[in-house]
Amino acid sequence: MRHDGGHTSAHDKPGGFSVEVSININGTRQTHDVEPRTLLVQYIREHAGLTGTNIGCDTSSCGACSIHLNGEAVKSCTILAAQADGQEIKTIEGMADADGTLHPMQQAFMENHGLQCGYCTPGMVMAATSLLDEIPNPSEEDVRLGLEGNLCRCTGYHNIVKSVLAAASA
Amino acid sequence: MTVIDNQIASDESIAAGNGVLGQRMLRKEDPALLTGEAVYTNDMVVPGALYMAVLRSPHAHATITSIDTSAALALPGVHSVYTGADMADQWAAPMPCAWPVTDDMKNPAHYPLAVSKVAYVGDGVACVLAETDSIAHDAIELIDVDYDVHRAVIDLEAALSDDVVIHDELGTNASYTWPLLIEENDGDCQKAIDEAVYVVSERYVQQRLIPMAMEPRAVVALPQPFGGDMTLYSATQVPHILKVMTALTLGIPEHQLRVVCPAVGGGFGSKLDVYAEELLCVQLARTLKVPVRWNEERSENALATVHGRAQIQDIELAADADGKLTGMRVRLTADMGAYLQLVTPGIPLFGAFLYAGVYELPKAYDFSCTGVFTTMTPTDAYRGAGRPEATYAIEHAMDALARKVGIDPLELRRRNFIPKGSYPYEAFTGLVYDSGDHDKAASIAEGLLDYAGMRARQAEQNTPGSTKRLGIGVSTYFEMCGLAPSRVLASLNYSAGGWESATVRVLPTSKIQVVTGTAPHGQGHETAWSMIAADRFGVDPADVDVLHSDTAIAPLGLDTYGSRSLPVGGVAITMACDKVIDKARKIAAHQMEANEEDLEFSGGAFRVAGSPDKEMPLAAIAFEAFTAHDLPDGLEPNLEAQVTYDPPNFSWPFGTHMCAVEIDTETGDVDLLQYVAVDDCGNKVNPLIVDGQVHGGVVQGIAQALYEEARYDDDGTLQSSTLAEYLVPAASDVPPITLGESITPSPSNPLGVKGVGEAGTIGAAPCVMNAVVDALSGLGVQDIQMPASPLNVWNAIQQAQANHQETNQ
Repeated sequence: MRHDGGHTSAHDKPGGFSVEVSININGTRQTHDVEPRTLLVQYIREHAGLTGTNIGCDTSSCGACSIHLNGEAVKSCTILAAQADGQEIKTIEGMADADGTLHPMQQAFMENHGLQCGYCTPGMVMAATSLLDEIPNPSEEDVRLGLEGNLCRCTGYHNIVKSVLAAASA
Repeated sequence: MTVIDNQIASDESIAAGNGVLGQRMLRKEDPALLTGEAVYTNDMVVPGALYMAVLRSPHAHATITSIDTSAALALPGVHSVYTGADMADQWAAPMPCAWPVTDDMKNPAHYPLAVSKVAYVGDGVACVLAETDSIAHDAIELIDVDYDVHRAVIDLEAALSDDVVIHDELGTNASYTWPLLIEENDGDCQKAIDEAVYVVSERYVQQRLIPMAMEPRAVVALPQPFGGDMTLYSATQVPHILKVMTALTLGIPEHQLRVVCPAVGGGFGSKLDVYAEELLCVQLARTLKVPVRWNEERSENALATVHGRAQIQDIELAADADGKLTGMRVRLTADMGAYLQLVTPGIPLFGAFLYAGVYELPKAYDFSCTGVFTTMTPTDAYRGAGRPEATYAIEHAMDALARKVGIDPLELRRRNFIPKGSYPYEAFTGLVYDSGDHDKAASIAEGLLDYAGMRARQAEQNTPGSTKRLGIGVSTYFEMCGLAPSRVLASLNYSAGGWESATVRVLPTSKIQVVTGTAPHGQGHETAWSMIAADRFGVDPADVDVLHSDTAIAPLGLDTYGSRSLPVGGVAITMACDKVIDKARKIAAHQMEANEEDLEFSGGAFRVAGSPDKEMPLAAIAFEAFTAHDLPDGLEPNLEAQVTYDPPNFSWPFGTHMCAVEIDTETGDVDLLQYVAVDDCGNKVNPLIVDGQVHGGVVQGIAQALYEEARYDDDGTLQSSTLAEYLVPAASDVPPITLGESITPSPSNPLGVKGVGEAGTIGAAPCVMNAVVDALSGLGVQDIQMPASPLNVWNAIQQAQANHQETNQ
C-alpha cells in the first residue's frame, strides 16, 4: 500500500508496512518511518531517541508520558505518532534553556523537593506547566484536581502541589 | 532472641561536625531527573540486543499439557522461543528463597519458567526473543498452550484445608508455622486472658496490595563473550544480593558477574527480589552471546512483581480495669502466594516483635504465624513489610479496647505507653528499644490536630440524624528497622547479614569519593551521603561524589530496604570518614612537626591547639598522601578507608499520627479532612528528604486504608491488574500532610539517626481506619474491612442499621 499525495506517506518496508511521520520536536523537525501502530510515546523514545518521557502504564492512567502537543499537555500514549504528523511537540528535554538554566517549573520542583525517584517527574512537570497556562493563579485544590491524571508513588503529592504553587507565584 | 545493649554516646560525635547535617540541602540528583537526562534501565541503548517477552499463564492453577511454538517461530523478526521444558536443564538451582524461617518449612521448587504446572495467573510459561519489543509481544500471542485447568485456591482458610493442593510434591498448602511464645511461667498468656477485666478479640484482614512503583521492572543482560564476563543491568533495589543469587542460581562464577542499577524509579520492597526475568535474560544472553533485554508492562507488573500484606490477623488483648495491657495472643495466617520469593516467609515475622507497639506488655505473649500457599502472585516485602500489619492490629485493637473500657483512645494509649524514663527499654521480646518519648510525640500531634477542639466539634456534629459524621483517628508506632544486627538475623534463620560497607577516599586534588553499598531508588543518597562526608571533613558537599549501585565500583554492600540505608550505611560512611581523618592526622602531625593529640580538625584543616594560625588544609594532606614523598615511616600512601559496619541494634523510630475524616453516610464516601504525622527518626541529615519520605509513606498507608486492593475472582484472575482498576491515589484523593517535629537521637549510632522510609506507611493505615470506625461507631458499626471504599463503608452502615432494627424488633 502506498499513499503519495499527502504529507504522510505510507510504504512497504522489509518486515512490514510503515508510514513516514514528521514532527517538530523541541524546535527541530524529525522524520522517521514507523509502523502505523506506533504510539507517539514510542516515537519519542525509540525513534527520536528522547528517553526523558517515561512509560508507566498501559491504560493511559499514570501520566508519566505527558508532553506538550501544540502547547497543551497530552499523554503521549493516547495518540498515534501518525496523528501527530506535521505538528509540534515539546518534551521534558525541551524545557530547560540551552545553557542549562532550568524552566521555572523544574526549578520549583527542585526547590520544593517535588520529586524522589523522578520517574513520574517529566510528565508531572509537563502537566503542571500546562495547568498554569490554563490557570495562572491556581488554588491548592485547582492543582490537586489539575494533576489528577498524573500518578506519583513517592511524594504523596504534598511537595508536588507545593512546587506548582511556588512556580505559579514565581 | 539476642539481647542487644551496645550504647554509643551520640552527643560528642554530633558536636564534632561542621554544621552541614540538619540543613535542608537541595538534592544533587534532581537536575538529571528533572531534565530527562537520567537513564533508567529501559532507556539504555544497546546495539544488537534481542527483546524478550514472556508468555504468562491465564490460569491460576493448571497443568501444561502441550505447547506449540511453531507459529511464533515463523513470525518474521522472531529469533527464538523457549518453554520451561526447553530451559529446565539450564538452572543450577531453583529461584532463591533466602529466609527458611523454620527447619521444616515447605518450599516448592520455583523456576523462571514453569515446566509442567502453573500456580498463578502471570506464571511464566514461555519466552520469545525477537528483533523488536513489538515483534516479541506479537509472537507470544501466537504460542498455543493447552492447559488442564484445576481449581484455584484464593481463600486462605480454604487453602489450609488442603482440599486442593497446589504443589503436589509438598502434599499440603501450609508452608510453615512459626511460633513465638514469651511467658515468665507456662500459661501466663492464657492466665492473663482468663483473669482480664477486659478482653478484646478481633479479626482483621490485611488486603493484598500491589506495590506499583512508577517504573516497572526492566532488565538488560550484556555479555562480553570473549572476556567471559556478564553485566546485568536491572531496575532493582538490591544489586549486591542479586549478584550473589544470580551467580548461585545460574552457576556463573560470581567474579565474572557485574550488576548495575541505572536510575531506578521507586521500589517500595517490590524490587527487593530476584526475579525470573533477570535470570532468563542473563541465561539467554550467556548462551546466545548477544545482549538480551526485557521491559515490564504495567499490567504485567501487577501480575509478575510481588504483592504485599495479605494476612488474616486474629488478635486477642487482655487488659486490667484501667485498660492496661496484661497479655496478648496473635494468630496470623499469611498468604505466601504461589511460591516463596526471596524473603516471602519472613515478612510476617518482622511484625511478630511489634504487636505490643509502644506499650508495656508483660511476658504473656503468644504469637504464631502460619504461611499458606495460594494460587496468586507471590507476596514479599512491601513498604513496612510485616510492621504495618502488626501496627495496624495493635492500634486498631487498642481503639476497640478504648470503646470497651469507655475511655478516650488517646488516654488509653497514654496509660500504656512505655514511660520516657525507662529507655533503653528491654521489651517482653528481649529486644532493647534504644530510645523513645511517646508522650511527647503524642502531645505534639494532639496540638497540631487540636484534638480537644476536634472532639468537641465531633460531639456537636455527630447527632443521630447527621449524614456527615466526623471521625478522629489516632495511631502510635515503633518501627523496628535499620536492618539489622547480623546475629539477630541469624537467630531468625535469615540467610544473610545486616551490615553495610563504605569506602571513603580523598583524591589528590582533595575532592572526595564516597562509595556505598546502599542502592538508592528515590531516597536521595547522593545528597545525604555527601552531606555526611562534607560534615565530617568540613568541606562543601559539592566536593563530594557518591558512587553506588554498581558492583564493580561498590563491590560490598547489602543494598536498600527496611529503612536501613542511613542507620547502617550512613553510619558506615561516618566511620570511614573518621578513619581517613585519623590517617590524615598522622600526616599532618608529621608535616607540621606537632603531636597528633595537639591537632584539631575542623573546617577542612588541621590546626595546632593554641596556635590557630598554624594550619594544614585537607587539600595539602591529600596531595602529600598522593605523592608519598614525605609520609611518616610505615604509613601507606593515599587517603582511603573502608569500613564494614554491623549495627549493634535495630533502629527504633517512633511516632504518633492523627487524622480527621468526614463520612457521608448516604454515599459511604470518606473525606480525609486533616492528617498530622509526628515521626521521630532521631537526628536528621537532611530534613527536606525526611519530610518527603514521611509524606510519601503516609500516602501509601492512606492508600491501603481507603483505596487499594488486589482483587481476585473465584477463578484466581486478578481483577485489578491495571492502574485504571487498582486505585493508586492521585493528588486529588489525598490531603496535605501536616508534620510535627520530635527529635530523640538514637544512642545506638554516632550520628544519632534512625530509619525513616517506612514509618509513614506504618502509622497511616491504622490512623485512618480508626477515624473511619470512630465516625461510625455511634451508628453501631463495629469495624470496616479495608479499603474503606464507599461500597464497604455503605454496606457496613446498612448492616449496622439492619442489626439495630433486628435488635429492636
